[in-house]
Amino acid sequence: MFFEICDNEVDIVIAALKPDITTFLEGWRPIFSRFHLIIIKDPDLEADLEIPTGFDHQLYTKSDMEKIIGSSPINFSGHSCRYFGYLISTKKYIISIDDDCLPVKDVRGNLINAIEQHMTNLKTPATPFYFNTLYDPFQKGSDFVRGYPFSLRCGVECVISSGLWLNFADYDAPTQAVKPHERNSRYVDAVITVPLRAMMPVSGINFGFRREVVGPALLPALHLKTAGKQRWEALEDIWSGLCAKVVCDHLKFGVKTGLPYVWRNASGNAWESLKRDWEGVKLMEEIVPFFQSVKLPKTMIIAEDCVLQIATLVRERLGPVDQVFMLAADAMEEWVKLWKTFESERN
Amino acid sequence: MAGAPSPPSVPITPLLKDELDIVIPTIRNLDFLEMWRPFFQPYHLIIVQDGDPSKTINVPEGFDYELYNRNDINRILGPKAACISFKDSACRCFGYMVSKKKYIYTIDDDCFVAKDPSGKQINALEQHVKNLLSPSTPFFFNTLYDPFREGADFVRGYPFSLRQGAPTAVSHGLWLNIPDYDAPTQLVKPLERNTRYVDAVLTIPKGTLFPMCGMNLAFNRELIGPAMYFGLMGDGQPIGRYDDMWAGWCIKVICDHLGLGVKTGLPYIWHSKASNPFVNLKKEYNGIFWQEELIPFFQSATLTKESNTVQKCYIELSKQVKDKLGKVDPYFNKLADAMVTWIEAWDELNPSPNADAVVVNGTAKAK
Repeated sequence: MFFEICDNEVDIVIAALKPDITTFLEGWRPIFSRFHLIIIKDPDLEADLEIPTGFDHQLYTKSDMEKIIGSSPINFSGHSCRYFGYLISTKKYIISIDDDCLPVKDVRGNLINAIEQHMTNLKTPATPFYFNTLYDPFQKGSDFVRGYPFSLRCGVECVISSGLWLNFADYDAPTQAVKPHERNSRYVDAVITVPLRAMMPVSGINFGFRREVVGPALLPALHLKTAGKQRWEALEDIWSGLCAKVVCDHLKFGVKTGLPYVWRNASGNAWESLKRDWEGVKLMEEIVPFFQSVKLPKTMIIAEDCVLQIATLVRERLGPVDQVFMLAADAMEEWVKLWKTFESERN
Repeated sequence: MAGAPSPPSVPITPLLKDELDIVIPTIRNLDFLEMWRPFFQPYHLIIVQDGDPSKTINVPEGFDYELYNRNDINRILGPKAACISFKDSACRCFGYMVSKKKYIYTIDDDCFVAKDPSGKQINALEQHVKNLLSPSTPFFFNTLYDPFREGADFVRGYPFSLRQGAPTAVSHGLWLNIPDYDAPTQLVKPLERNTRYVDAVLTIPKGTLFPMCGMNLAFNRELIGPAMYFGLMGDGQPIGRYDDMWAGWCIKVICDHLGLGVKTGLPYIWHSKASNPFVNLKKEYNGIFWQEELIPFFQSATLTKESNTVQKCYIELSKQVKDKLGKVDPYFNKLADAMVTWIEAWDELNPSPNADAVVVNGTAKAK
């Protein structure tokens, strides 16, 4: 099933962590060129950004961000700079892809259109209440299997589409260090709804979502003390994805994972990252049970309220464990404040 | 730089030929075994002959097998034979009960060897064994699917304390060609064929139910066997084609309670025969309405921590079936009784000093 994508429904948000994103943008040109791009330059990056011509885009640098939101306690450095793009956008859908990823080619050498696949995922229902063993029943050539209740077949709106990666998979530093030569070469031709109450690590590398519905829950809150520019040195997307999944489960929206794939190139030395700290790995042991246990009151019917409630629980239950969680709770509350300000200015 | 290390050699999957039985229900013939010969011949087969017991079922030469028809089932179980369905492939669960092996693979007699996208024949049994011998990951979803497959691992963010996973109790395989659709879908889409080869094995998360299909299914009989009762279907019953569904709901609730895992995905088999959708509609008719009640029932079913063996879990579940589903239809009172009969028969045929001691990881956790 392929839907007509209205170009003006989509913003592509790109976090530029290195000065030259020419290879990235040229690689995606056939696919990106019809869309508006929001490019956020990492505030820590001093050099000027090189952007090839021919893209309809808006660039935001550190000084632009400061002019627009003033001084904010939210840390927008590194991969977190893209969240500024989420605030700024006015489109219905946002898709974000890391600047070290390129399109995957099919067996004939044609580029696989990841944007189109994200849009298909977001525009067809998700089925979180019961598992369909033939995966996404709304994909061409598929359907619900025998034993799938008819009352559940309309599904719910899908608001997050979490894609995958060929070549360099999204491994943490220990795994990357122990398996430096492993490459993900398995192309799994499936889109799957993540079931209700099943938690998962949502990677920000190749990601699309319905901005107004779940934007308030996609937030740069968890900052490791030793966070770096490598994906395996950060967890802000994992935290934000868990928060968003809890909110989606509560509000009865769906999250899909699987296609599309992007071709990911990574560089950097995982051993160097590991030498600094295992902080993120230790924190996940607390983070996952916390999110698995969060229950939100039925009276909360919008994402903003859900996020504020989660922030309160973070402060109560995780705050005593590590200061980084107190800061995360602060950032979550600040994010909702900013989100509401931007939304009311739009209206 | 020195040359990259050579890739590790692919581990050999053990055959488990003395630890696994293949259970096949049949009413017609077993010609399909010829195609499976290279893969099935090392194993012992348990053939459960449904329908007319006076008919002779031809088993191709060279297979080691035992065959049970209705007369055998009646002789072995006596009055308890009433819990085994007649004129329905649900009778296959008798084969699970009489087996003495640790693992069971069950397959329908219209399922053939499929090919993977490279054209290579798929050894479905080997993949099921791999699935059963490696842990499941029900407690947190891994976005790269089964992290224990070659070339995969846990993704960033996956807690290390959860990486040893849970023992795998069930491996649920899929089907190319004729998909496992219900009758209404078959009627609306008579020509649809499943041509998508999804190269994944994944664990169904804890707390999530699924429609289990018995066409291409393997399980660890020691871990979950007593819960694999395929219910009362077929002759004299108001429902058919829900045998595997019923078992799937029961085993998933019990696996979640006992900390066991259920995998789905590879391997694929080639499902060759589309059964008559009008016949199917008559069989499924009640099920289509009843499943609207059954699924919420199973989704909210909780078991007490005293239920720390599969048999205890199953008996507790049967009481809940009687209490809560009896009002949907009197059939469920009969089914609840049959569930108890099944456990009694299972324990009789499988007496062991450890019958009550299949406790996983110490104590069972109440939900």
